[in-house]
Amino acid sequence: MSFKSAVITFPGSNCDRDALCYLKDLTKGEVHNIWHEETSLPKVDLVILPGGFSFGDYLRSGAMASKSKIINEVVKHANDNRYLLGICNGFQILTEIGLLEGALIRNKKLKFLGKNCFIKKKFQNNFNLSIKDNQVLQIPVAHNEGNFYCDTETLNLLKNNEQIAFEYCKGEFSNNEENINGSIEAIAGITNKKKNVLGMMPHPERAYSDFHQSQDGRLIIESLIS
Amino acid sequence: MRIKILVRLKGQILEPQGKVIEQSLNSLGFTEFSNIRQGKLIELDLPDNISKEEKVQKIDSACKKLLVNDIIEEYEVLG
Repeated sequence: MSFKSAVITFPGSNCDRDALCYLKDLTKGEVHNIWHEETSLPKVDLVILPGGFSFGDYLRSGAMASKSKIINEVVKHANDNRYLLGICNGFQILTEIGLLEGALIRNKKLKFLGKNCFIKKKFQNNFNLSIKDNQVLQIPVAHNEGNFYCDTETLNLLKNNEQIAFEYCKGEFSNNEENINGSIEAIAGITNKKKNVLGMMPHPERAYSDFHQSQDGRLIIESLIS
Repeated sequence: MRIKILVRLKGQILEPQGKVIEQSLNSLGFTEFSNIRQGKLIELDLPDNISKEEKVQKIDSACKKLLVNDIIEEYEVLG
């Protein structure tokens, strides 16, 4: 059975093409590109909500996109225990929908961060199965609102349910920071309770090809396929 | 009637823009200004003949559904 996937495009998405290529190259299966005004979603194994600035980040990042017509179908897809991955703006959209806990607020130092960062897995799930404990991945970030926030009660839930998928860490370059954007407990990505929905700020679709600086982003799709 | 809704980050959440504004104002000589936090104001029109209860209910509903993210923000209807 080949692995089928889809990428949703919103007005202002700018990583949808990257995500499509990422899926085409790594899954070798059927990949659909779905416009946000569509009201149906093909039965696929994985849906990606891509990065970008959907609806110009108006009101709050991801707020408008979370009310798009396609979202009902995306929620049904997730409730059906199939995989849903939100990258960067996609992560912000997932928190605005309420599929993931918490919220993403302005980076602590107010800077737009566009650079390589380092992450490692915290708790295992199907998105990071192929990643070894303490393996440091180099994956780019590009965000202004990536500072993960939740209250203490939610943070305890995330820990107790092992929903923290990735955390920022130090990498091989000198002077790099452990927590690039001020996120609580350096959280870079979380899953829902059932662990079929992952939101992460770093962009694995920008780290998989020979022409990318790193190919560590492959490990996420490889984990899902394995 | 014109409705004004003030939306701001909850008190315990770091508001870095306010901090930068404060530094700038302080450097311009406004040294007595402190604890600056920036929020946003949403203005909208509602029909005049709407009842007070309906007005409150509609605004609350709009805030909960879209205008405010209650994980990080709080709101206040002004005037």
